Amino acid sequence: MDLISILSIFVMACFVGYYVVWSVTPALHTPLMAVTNAISSVIIVGALIAAAASGAPAAKWLGLLGVVLASVNIFGGFAVTERMLAMYKKKERK
Amino acid sequence: MSVSFDRASRGFAALLFAAPMPAFAAGGGANATPAWAMLAYLVSGVLFILALRGLSSPASSRAGNRFGMIGMLIAVVTTLVTHSIASLPEILGAIAIGGIIGFVIARKIAMTDMPQLVAAFHSLVGLAAVLVGVAAYLNPDAFGILDDAGEILTVSRIELGLGVAIGAITFSGSVIAFLKLAGKMSGAPIMLPGRHVINLGVLGGIIGLTAYFSIMPTADTQTVFWIIVGLSFLIGFLLIIPIGGADMPVVVSMLNSYSGWAAAAMGFTLGNTAMIITGALVGSSGAILSYIMCKAMNRGFLSVIAGGFGAESGGGAAAAKTDRPWKAGSAEDAAYMMAQAENIIIIPGYGMAVAQAQHALREMGDVLKKEGVNVKYAIHPVAGRMPGHMNVLLAEANVPYDEVFELEDINSEFAQADVAFIIGANDVVNPAAKTDKSSPIYGMPVFDVDKAKTIFFIKRSMGGVGYAGVDNDVFYMDQTMMLLSDAKKMVEDIVKALQH
Repeated sequence: MDLISILSIFVMACFVGYYVVWSVTPALHTPLMAVTNAISSVIIVGALIAAAASGAPAAKWLGLLGVVLASVNIFGGFAVTERMLAMYKKKERK
Repeated sequence: MSVSFDRASRGFAALLFAAPMPAFAAGGGANATPAWAMLAYLVSGVLFILALRGLSSPASSRAGNRFGMIGMLIAVVTTLVTHSIASLPEILGAIAIGGIIGFVIARKIAMTDMPQLVAAFHSLVGLAAVLVGVAAYLNPDAFGILDDAGEILTVSRIELGLGVAIGAITFSGSVIAFLKLAGKMSGAPIMLPGRHVINLGVLGGIIGLTAYFSIMPTADTQTVFWIIVGLSFLIGFLLIIPIGGADMPVVVSMLNSYSGWAAAAMGFTLGNTAMIITGALVGSSGAILSYIMCKAMNRGFLSVIAGGFGAESGGGAAAAKTDRPWKAGSAEDAAYMMAQAENIIIIPGYGMAVAQAQHALREMGDVLKKEGVNVKYAIHPVAGRMPGHMNVLLAEANVPYDEVFELEDINSEFAQADVAFIIGANDVVNPAAKTDKSSPIYGMPVFDVDKAKTIFFIKRSMGGVGYAGVDNDVFYMDQTMMLLSDAKKMVEDIVKALQH
């Protein structure tokens, strides 16, 4: 993909992010941080590429370490978000 | 630093999935990503958007989180399928190790410890970004960022330099934030002499070296790359040490934003839509949260980043003021008054988290509700050590979220409130923010607790005066009763007294 298309996606995504995040209710700002944490670990894609490639052992080991770190974040981030969100309950109407 | 130009390793997937589209305009050494994979990354990016969208209300939030998980799964599987993998067991093992660690931490962590957990997670994203950047630098061929001459593309070098720098800043900054939040390091600002000059110098150095790195041939800039990495770790550390504990909500949000930009920079390097969308989302999320926090403290973002807030403890003036007369109350007094009340507004702050008083507080609310009292909770945007911290703690204690209100939604109700019950908060109820132009918190939006008929103020002692180190006139008001005790114990005593 050329730089311009990628830049366009990036700029559009910034706008989407701006509006989506403003619509998040303040009560859920902590889960928001936890889940953004989890999804920013999509950087694992880069780590996987490095870990999968043959030919450069140093890069491969760094990649594997990156995979471990990002996995901690992915599993931990989503799990802790899930745990928090499960706590938010409405008043029981009798 | 074995830079491999082993072309045989490249493009195995590209041969298999030869797509009829100009995948990379980037040049000779690029792996062509098949069209379906690009589509899959786009889907995963959209799912991430939906994940955040779900958080607009608690009812839709869990579905949103699931979308996020699916998006991540798609991104990971797509990457694994479209690349030739030298050793799959190693990769799966790495995912399993990280996954188990992450899962166990997520299960065990106490909700009061969320701020430091989030800071720790940020540091991992930052470090992962650095590792990916370094790996891409060492094995550019695998990342498809070589030109025909076997040099890393100029644009990729800029992206690599930026990505590694932002990642390293996120890492070391988050480590310091973690240590401060976890109480493993003093929350007091550490002020180096001439720190602004040092910081600007280091920042300038990073930018200059990144420019140099991107212009010069790769062979001449090997040391430069490592210096950029080193300086970036250093600046992250230097930037956060002068920032005091009270400003941590802003810092945590800011680092959240950085972790997003680091992911985006790597996304540019890889031409990966999922990473770019995510980076933009997370980047704006953190930036918006920082903005909300700064606004709620009436402080400029730059002044927070410049640091030093909360350094002075208010000194002699505050100490002298505490000689003013104030009224002490007991748990029985509070229980008696509150049982008679019609409307009670509870204002929790960081002190509630420290004392782990949220469960006792909910019990008190339950007993009062049984007595026919209307109980509401009021939460200031900067209450606690990260955005939304108090909401999570109340949710953990089973307080229904429709009894919990934001500052602007509830502030007009204090005039009708019989009791304002302040537990572990201080600066957010300080009327000096409205009246005293010389106060460091002047202009910060605060709760109008002074309009309530009676104020109960739980505080450990009359000594401490909040993070801002400002005395609070509410202590000495006629309608105020100070309940001096540990927050949890005091609330438990009130519950006992109520049940008699």
